[in-house]
Amino acid sequence: MATVAGTLAQPTHTGVWSWITTVDHKRIGVLYGVSGFSFFLWGGLLALLMRTQLAVPNGTVIESDRFSQLFTMHALTMIFLAIMPMGAGFFNYMIPLMIGARDVAFPRLNALSYWTFLGGASILSLSFFFEAPGGGWFNYAPLSERPYSDGSGIDFYVVGLLTLGLSSLMAALNFAVTIINLRAPGMTMMRMPVFVWMTFVISVLLILALPPLTVGLIQLLFDRQFGTHFFIATEGGDPLLWQHIFWVFGHPEVYILILPAMGIVSEVLPTFSRKPLFGYPAVVFSGIAIAVLSWVVWSHHMFTTGMGSVPRAVFAVNTMIIGVPTGIKVFNWLATLYGGSIRFTTAMYFAVAFIATFTIGGISGVMHASPPVDSQHQDTYFVVAHLHYVLFGGAIMGIFAGIYYWFPKMTGRFLSEALGRWHFWLLFIGMNMTFFPMHFLGIAGMPRRIYTYDDGLDWGFWNMFATIGSYVIAVSLLIFLVNFFRSVRQEPTAEANPWNAPTLEWGTSSPPPEHDFDAIYTVRARDPLWYDRDHGIAPPEVTGEHIHMPPPSYYPILIAIGITLLGVGALSHLAVSALGGVIAYYGVWGWALEPTD
Amino acid sequence: MYASASAVYDAAPFAAAAPRRLTVGVADGTGTGGWDWRASVAARVGTVAGAWEGTGVRARVAAPRRTPGRPRIRALRRGLVPLALVVLAVALLGCDAPMSTSEIEGSWNKEVWKPYWVIIWLAGIVFVAIMAATIVLSLMYRERPGREARQIHGNTKFEVVWTIIPVVIVLVMMVPTLDSLFKLDEEPPADALKVEVIGHQWWFEFRYPELDIVTANELHIPEGRVVDYALRSVDVIHSFWVPQLAGKVDMVPGRDNRMAFSALNARPEPYLGQCVEFCGTSHANMRFRVFVHTAEDFERWAREQAAPRVSSVSRTAEEAFLAAPCLGCHTVRGTNAAGIAGPNLTHVGSRTTIGSGMLENTPAELRRWIANSSAVKPGSKMPPMAQSAGGTLTDEQIDVIIGYLQSLK
Repeated sequence: MATVAGTLAQPTHTGVWSWITTVDHKRIGVLYGVSGFSFFLWGGLLALLMRTQLAVPNGTVIESDRFSQLFTMHALTMIFLAIMPMGAGFFNYMIPLMIGARDVAFPRLNALSYWTFLGGASILSLSFFFEAPGGGWFNYAPLSERPYSDGSGIDFYVVGLLTLGLSSLMAALNFAVTIINLRAPGMTMMRMPVFVWMTFVISVLLILALPPLTVGLIQLLFDRQFGTHFFIATEGGDPLLWQHIFWVFGHPEVYILILPAMGIVSEVLPTFSRKPLFGYPAVVFSGIAIAVLSWVVWSHHMFTTGMGSVPRAVFAVNTMIIGVPTGIKVFNWLATLYGGSIRFTTAMYFAVAFIATFTIGGISGVMHASPPVDSQHQDTYFVVAHLHYVLFGGAIMGIFAGIYYWFPKMTGRFLSEALGRWHFWLLFIGMNMTFFPMHFLGIAGMPRRIYTYDDGLDWGFWNMFATIGSYVIAVSLLIFLVNFFRSVRQEPTAEANPWNAPTLEWGTSSPPPEHDFDAIYTVRARDPLWYDRDHGIAPPEVTGEHIHMPPPSYYPILIAIGITLLGVGALSHLAVSALGGVIAYYGVWGWALEPTD
Repeated sequence: MYASASAVYDAAPFAAAAPRRLTVGVADGTGTGGWDWRASVAARVGTVAGAWEGTGVRARVAAPRRTPGRPRIRALRRGLVPLALVVLAVALLGCDAPMSTSEIEGSWNKEVWKPYWVIIWLAGIVFVAIMAATIVLSLMYRERPGREARQIHGNTKFEVVWTIIPVVIVLVMMVPTLDSLFKLDEEPPADALKVEVIGHQWWFEFRYPELDIVTANELHIPEGRVVDYALRSVDVIHSFWVPQLAGKVDMVPGRDNRMAFSALNARPEPYLGQCVEFCGTSHANMRFRVFVHTAEDFERWAREQAAPRVSSVSRTAEEAFLAAPCLGCHTVRGTNAAGIAGPNLTHVGSRTTIGSGMLENTPAELRRWIANSSAVKPGSKMPPMAQSAGGTLTDEQIDVIIGYLQSLK
């Protein structure tokens, strides 16, 4: 595969300061990915503690309030600090490369998104040193209100999520604009890789979903700090208002978590089957359909709150209908395998396993779309099983497929396939050992979010089984870490397109030069590199003209520090907020006047 | 656990029919099929050992294989039968659990399982089909020398077919779902027994407005008669759930949620219930019991409970009780103890458990509870009473109070 390899490579900047001031989408992608994965390990550790407590009836490892903090922080960490940023890591690194661009539309805004994310993540995580939130990630009122949660935990939740929401909103706007405006010549919307499509879809979802969450959080903040009563029934408020606001964000959020994985799998399956994705338009449009439908299903989280029959019927029907586009996607992925010549790399193992495990989560999801059935499933371990098949069996499997697939592109090095197999099989077995028995526990009546259960309820065996499974997952992740650190220390050997993949990110060196492409591709088909190969089209010629890249800037991190301090002030003293305001103001001022050369 | 469990087993189509379906694959096989699993494992080990060489084509240990495709599928089916049986056997272990949702003991749960079985069947079929397709396609189309991937971009006919398939599945699910949904929401009959269920952090209060009964954590209902529940909460959101009888409905402050169902069978063992909406520190300990009586037994129970506290109590013990801090939160009808923050104790001696189902109602457990309830139940709103735990009562005073409470039959 003839490819131009970074012949115009500019001097690479190294050192901590270069990372702090970077506006390079690839470096920001790496920062997102590494932070996200670190939080993934941290969230996993919290889960291990919970599984250890639940291994036997009447466990004595962790006491009640601490357990509530663990399940709250486990969910918040995995959703906001692990899966979303790992997805964002891939968008950042891959989207400009996949659309043949040299960077995102707003490089400094991109850096600001990352540093703001890190600020929000710190606020949320450091709460463990004071009081971690313990109201569940859904944080239902009025339990989250002052009279029932007097400590600072819920305030950390509110401020942390507000900050993280700001970060996601900036990133979403940036990627929507990038995908609309910066595509290479010839890359029409219907020639974009599916991963780019899914990123575009979730950017739109984020832009629409975060405002309701922000409104809800600010209402809760006002209730707690300034004595309003949005969610307090005795004062004329309505606790269910919070649930509606939260889930109108919360359900699209589920698709924000899973669609990137669907995009990754839609890239990995064709590459290693050595044939184009089956039914590309169907996969794209079903992704859009899922996103649209995600707005009309939120109340299925509230089937047991006493809604009337008609709204429950409507939301049940809407929810079941989501099974149709999801089914279409699964069928198309399977059809992509059909007739292929499948090369089973570790990335491919994860992608194929994704189809299986995600399908299980999808099936159980459609099961409790039925309100009568849900009246038995709701808030039991059946739902815990379901959501982990979607988020672990779906999102995490997809992310690992992406890591093994794009690792050579990002580092120029290969992860060991032998260790990769160990990682895959242990993770796959451990994951199913942990989460499949939770279906049985749910049917046997075990409620969620309980820190203890009595002997004699027949829940002991499967809980112990699940706990063993969770340790198997932990071992598999240790193997991955060994693999990772061994690989990054090797000499870079990866050529531009080691997997013989069809999309543009493989049309430049591994890792790509700072300016991504020495010459911009002209896209002639949906799988551009395969098309060029099959039609004997040479890579674009390098003209040698100067490539202007945005200079590094420290204003993004400065503004992010200001924003974070604004939040910290809400938790401590107003003076801190004032300081944060001044810093953010100075940062914005400097940013606006910063020269671009 | 209980006699009726076997009825559920018999009704289970999975247990009865699914394995039969799956054995078809075995019946048409020759028994000594074409797939040598040892060779396949060897091949697999070979591929792992050969590792990835980054060259694009991988050396592969040749597995002895006869006709490609078909025998492999047959062998897979053979493997699926025992696997399916194991999964089903272990899954059904959950069915006789005391809080099993699949044991049908109430009219609501009976209605739930009408769509549930349809959905389980469909889910099972989809599960098996997708898993089989994933495995079969993965194995059939692995790269091997000379194989070229067929460059297919799509097929409109197939797209239409597999759009219609989920649409049909979803429609088949919707019909019984909506039917059950509206039936569950039907108005209860006029002669339904009215019960108010009030959630407190972390216990259940039960009031029978027509019978003038107030009790806690142990609900008594007559068999076969529809009970019309009004579900409320005085603090945060709780949820009312007795899995074997019915699904759950939340108890939301400021709302008056309703649900109505009957228990099908009177029996001596109680049905177990639990709060299932996270409600704070002792959410896991917010449990209750439901006793289902025959009509006559229920009437007898109701008569006893409607009366003020029994007259046979020791007056000196009662004075000791009324002198203690108890009356600030608890009511004993017929005395001037009229607190409402804690459970009504008028007939506490007749209950089987204390502390919302956490402890047996015995003198020893009562002592643990009264001395320092939050040591038993984290976050308990009842302050410690024993002097040793920072309260005001001596051990002797607690003994007298325990005797008094036990006598309140």
